[in-house]
Parts: sequence; C-alpha cells; structure tokens
Amino acid sequence: MINSRFFNRSELLGFLALAVLLLVILPLSLDIFRLNLVAKYLTYAFVGIGLVLCWGYGGILSLGQGVFFGLGGYCMAMYLKLEASSVANTKIQSTPGIPDFMDWNQLTSLPFFWKPFHSFPITLLAILLVPAFFALIIGAAMFKRRVGGVYFAIITQAIAAILTILIVGQQGYTGGINGITDLRTLHGWDIRTDHAKFILYFVEVVLLFGCIVAAQFIRLTKLGRILVAMREQEDRVRFSGYSVANFKIFAFCAAAVFAAIGGAMFTLEVGFMSPSFVGIVPSIEMVIYTAVGGRMSIFGAVWGALLVNFAKTSLSESFPQLWLFGLGALFIAVVLAFPNGLSGIWADHVQPRIDRLLASRKSKSAAGMIADGAPAE
Amino acid sequence: MSDETKPGLKSPLRRKLLMGMAALPAVSMLGRPAFADVPATSAVNTTGLAVTDSEVTVGILHSVTGTMAISETGSVEAEKLAIEQINAAGGVLGRKIKFIQEDGASDWPTFAEKAKKLLVNDKCAAVMGCWTSASRKAVLPVFEQYNGMLYYPTFYEGLEQSKNVIYTGQEATQQIIAGLDWVNKTKGAKSFYLLGSDYIWPRTSNKIARKHIENHLQGCKVVGEEYFPLGSTQFNSVINKIKLTKPDVIYAIIVGGSNVAFYKQLKAAGIDLSKQALLTISVTEDEIDGIGGENIAGAYACMKYFQSLDNPNNKAFVPAFKKMWGEKTVIGDVTQAAYLGPWLWKLTVEKAQSFDIDKIAAASPGVEFKGAPEGYVRIHENHHLWSKTRVGRAKADGQYELIYETADLVEPDPFPKGYQ
Repeated sequence: MINSRFFNRSELLGFLALAVLLLVILPLSLDIFRLNLVAKYLTYAFVGIGLVLCWGYGGILSLGQGVFFGLGGYCMAMYLKLEASSVANTKIQSTPGIPDFMDWNQLTSLPFFWKPFHSFPITLLAILLVPAFFALIIGAAMFKRRVGGVYFAIITQAIAAILTILIVGQQGYTGGINGITDLRTLHGWDIRTDHAKFILYFVEVVLLFGCIVAAQFIRLTKLGRILVAMREQEDRVRFSGYSVANFKIFAFCAAAVFAAIGGAMFTLEVGFMSPSFVGIVPSIEMVIYTAVGGRMSIFGAVWGALLVNFAKTSLSESFPQLWLFGLGALFIAVVLAFPNGLSGIWADHVQPRIDRLLASRKSKSAAGMIADGAPAE
Repeated sequence: MSDETKPGLKSPLRRKLLMGMAALPAVSMLGRPAFADVPATSAVNTTGLAVTDSEVTVGILHSVTGTMAISETGSVEAEKLAIEQINAAGGVLGRKIKFIQEDGASDWPTFAEKAKKLLVNDKCAAVMGCWTSASRKAVLPVFEQYNGMLYYPTFYEGLEQSKNVIYTGQEATQQIIAGLDWVNKTKGAKSFYLLGSDYIWPRTSNKIARKHIENHLQGCKVVGEEYFPLGSTQFNSVINKIKLTKPDVIYAIIVGGSNVAFYKQLKAAGIDLSKQALLTISVTEDEIDGIGGENIAGAYACMKYFQSLDNPNNKAFVPAFKKMWGEKTVIGDVTQAAYLGPWLWKLTVEKAQSFDIDKIAAASPGVEFKGAPEGYVRIHENHHLWSKTRVGRAKADGQYELIYETADLVEPDPFPKGYQ
C-alpha cells in the first residue's frame, strides 16, 4: 500500500505539471482574451472533479450537474446583479433599485429570496450551502429508497429540465431565458477590466487546486475506499454494516458543492448566468468532459475540461458550420477506443514507458506505481 | 472562414498599386480619380481597428448551428450579399470589406465569447449579428466594454439603447401600434385575445399591445392573454378558449417551431383564418416555409418588409438574393433588416470619414439609406431606424400580399411613455 503518502509519485508529477501549466506557462503565453477563455474552461473542471468522485469512484452517474453549476452561478449572479442595480444606475426604471428585468416584468419590489443577496458573506455561504442542501434533499429522497443506476441518472436529468423550465417561466424573478446579464462589480471591484480578469484567473486556479486536494483527500480516506467498494459490490458493503445511502448522499453533495464553486466562478469570469447552463445538454456535456479526461482520474477531469473546450473553441473558429460534427466524432472516437479517457491512455501507454526509462536509469524498479486502483495521470 | 489580415506589402510602390487596384471599380462606377477616394489609413483609423490601405475587416456573428440556425441563416446570407455588393461598388472609403464569420451556436455564452474574439482578437471595425434578445443581451456588455459596433437586425422588445448598437429592425411600438390601429379601424375589431411564447419579447410586446388596446382604442378590450414555453406544441386548450370567447382578433406572438403546431391545430379545430381575423408580428415568410402556406393563408402580419413589396429597390434586391442563394430561398422581414446593416455602416463610415467607433456612433443619427429594399430608412438619434409599418395578408403560396402601409415613417421609441 502506498497510501502513506498523500500523492504518489505519478500523481505528484501530474499535480506539478498542471500547476506549472496553469500558473506559469498559460498566463505568460496567452493574451488576456485567451486566458479568460481558459478560465471559462476551468470552471467546468470543478464539475469534472465532482463527477470523478461521485461517478468514477462512487458509481453514481448524475446527468444533472448543470443544476448545481447553475445554482452556484445564479447565487453569485444575484449578488452581482443587485450591486449593479443601485438606485443611481437604474433611475430610468419605473421602480429604481431593482434589477432591470424585474422592472420589465412589472415587479415593484424586490422578492424576498433576493434580499439576502445584498450581503457578500451570505452570498458566499449560499453558493456552497444552497446546492449542498438541494443535493441533500435529492440524495436523501433517492438513495434512502435505494434508487440508483440508470433510474437515478434519468431523475437527475428530469430535475435539470424542471429547473430550466422554472427559471425560464418565472422570468420576473429570474431573468427568464435571457438570464442575469450586465454584471459589473464584485464588492465594488470592477470585474470587467483586463486586470480583474487576470486576478480572477489566478483566484480560480488556486480554488481549483484546493478542490483537487480536497477530492484527493476524500479519495484516500476510508470514505473513498467505501465509495469504491460500493461501486463494485453495493450489497456486501451494506451487509458489512455501512449505511450505503449516507455515503452516496455525501458523494453527491460533495460533487454538487464542487460544481457550484465552478458555477460561481463562471459567473465572475464570463459576466453573466443563464438557464442554458442548467439544462440537460450542458449537464451531459459536463459528463462528456469527464469521460474524455478519464472518469477515474481527478487530473484527467481537469485535462478533459480544458482540452474539449479548447477543441470546441478552435474548431468552431475554423469551421463555423461543421464544427459540431467534428466534435461529435471526437467524442465517439475517444469513448469507443479509450473507455478510460485520456488518463487511461496516459496510464496504459505513456506511464509504463516513463517508468521503464526511469527504471533503467536507477536500478530500483518503479513498478506498482500505477497499480493503485485508479490510473492517475 | 477567412484568414487573418495579410501583413507585408511594405513597399510603397506595391501599396500604391494596390490602392489603385482597390479603387478601380470605384473609378469605373463614378468616373472620379481613384486616390481622392482612399484617405490614408492613419487618418481614418486612429484606434487600431483591422483596417489596412486596401481592406477592412468586419465580423458576422450568427447561429449557423443549433435551433436558431433556421432563422439566422437568412441574416447571414443577406449580410454576405450586402458585403459583396458594397465591394463590387468600390468598398468602404476605398477599402474592400473582408468578413470573419463566427458561429454563436444558438448558445448565449458562446455569442459572448465569439463577440469578444471578434473585437479583441480580430479588431473588427463592425459586427453584423445576433438574432434573439438573449444573445444580444449577452454580447451587449462586451460591445460596450471593448467599444465595438453591432448592427442588430431583429425586431425586438425595445427598452434598450446603446451607443454601440444600431438596431436595424423595429422596436416593439413600431411593429404593434400601427397594426392595432389598422385592425381596429378597418375590421372594426373590439376584442383581442393575446398569445405569445414565454420570453421577454412576446411579453413586452403584449404589454404594449394591451396598454394600447385599453387606453387608446375606444371601447376595445383584451379578453385573454396566454403564454407558452418556447418549443411548445400543445395549443388545443387555448384554441378551445378562443372558440368560447370568440375574440374579434387573435393577436399571436408565437415564435420558432411552435408556429407549425399552432397554425395546424387552429386549422384542424375549424378556425378559418379568412373569417377569423388573426394578426401576428412573429411570422415572416421564413416561418411560413415551415408552417405551410395553406395552413396560414388569410392571417395578417404586421412587419416593415414583405418579399412581395413592389418598389424598384426590392425588385433589384430579390433577384440578386435569389441569384446568390438559390431560387427557393425566401426573404423575411429580418433578412431584409440584416441586409441594411453593412450598407448603413458603409454610409456612416463615409459620412464620418473615419472607421473609429466613437465617430461612427456620433455620425449615425441622420444617416439615410435610399436603396433599402423596404424603401427608405434613416437612423434616429436613439440608434433605431425610422421605417414604415406594413400589414400583409398571407397567401397560400407562402407570400404576403401588402394591404396597408403607414403614410409616413414611424418614429422609433424604445422607451415608450405610458406603455411601460
């Protein structure tokens, strides 16, 4: 057993490689526009990390992570929107001081559930707690009744659809299909400037590494092992006296919180939030990023989010009419040929060669490094 | 679609040659000396836009994939036609227009991302694009932050005005009030049933319609108002209510694919549009293509342009469009409005004698385009267009027959007093 160390050697290498790429190479080589795009891609990596825990390790496939991404994003957007809708900024409206879309929909006062979002600390708490609470309810309702597998996936998908319809339908309270747009400042700090985008990028990368470490921590505790055990033989875990439902609820909530952090960062990086991130399609896309990166690898999820979104941007810039087909073909190819995604390719083909190379230099063998259940990248 | 602006051409002789060549069509057209038309780049472009001595780059930003592609393709085609025609006529300030096309993919954040790319990366001198209000709302902060210029073609709900946008479609009052007055006067309509898809444009439009009906039309009332989710295909219950309340006019603002189901179900329920008046502001010739002319024949639409308009500009425009994009294409209101974008930009640049965004924004009010297929348009101080409102009646062949147009241009009023 190698779990005496927090990261084994190949994981440490992966961590360092990612840190060097995100903190040094990209900021130095990209202009602020491209760097901001990378920041946008990385917000999906948060969701990916959550999915690795919940789907890769726990075996709970959620096709509704967009719900939590959206909840986090909407919490942040509500705070930013209230700050942008000061009385001075909204003089032209019939009711100054409320967000513009409420005025268009003939609301004359701020709805009660918007009021807490005047406060920044409460907003930060809400970003973490609202999705966690929501996931807790869904998880308790499903897992306590032993609903799982495909049924659970379908239900999460339905929840994503329901939330989208709710947001679109209640446009006086939520901004409808337009979403919450024209966000300007965070606690008085203009988030639209290049300088702010640069700083936000680093904040996001630091948060991302925080999440990676947290996920790694969960993975290495006894809890992580129970998750894997549940995935492989749920009944045996149950017969051993563990409450399977509670562990599942925990994994699902953790994934929801990671997704919500990503959503909140997305709102800050992109400057708006809309129901198009909540629905079925974005939720499935998030699963695809994770699948391409490798659902068993935390680092793979980050790489998957980065590479797929990068491919999306560059393909659509070069072939505006054909890019969707190209992307679809890419997904099919990766999933068919490499079920463990990019990290699987790394672990099966690249890692052994590196090990062999190192082994021939040192006399000691480095075998066993990759045999740790999860092919880390 | 297009590659990057070509650097090089540093030798002064080559540059002069190129300038001469770029101006050649202008010489043949206007018979004036070539160099008089080509002011130095340093003079007309002081803010670092993608303008060279021979070329200027603009962006086209519409959805060519996803659910909106069916609607936005017409706009892309119209914009490309306008750019080709402008280039054939000598370009803008002696420079050929080169375009970079990006796909918004029917996805609002993608629109924002691509808008930023066109402005920051490609330094586009202007962008023709967007269709839905949601996509416009998503890109608006980008255009304001990076000081770009957007020519937006769709009729929309108003309540917006920006230095960085020229709205070449109608805002809500231009499309609604004249049509309601007309149906009230000529059809003696007293009761109205308002329908719409559930998002901001139909809701705001119906709000304006309701205020106009209740406050400005003598003895008229709204007998019902209902909304349906985008993409909804079940209209039977509302059709039953319509049958019960028997309104004089059904006022329908249903968009996209829902239209097909709505008009087919109306017909199936036995509501004959040649007897029951129906006024819509959301069905152009493009939508009829999907609905089928026989299902909607007899309905009235209030627009500013119909493909069947009988004027010299339109008689040149329709064949040119069909020659470029095929005999089967139809041209709807928004497609025509999109065609205005590049032309209005060219005229504004030439008025300002500069590509600088601030100067274009300042020079826009008062710019008039006499070659517009809809007849004549002029830019208002609020960056919307003065244009006429027209009512057409759908025929079984999918075309509208013009039956009424306002005598004068209707003033755009994006923040209408008394209608909020």
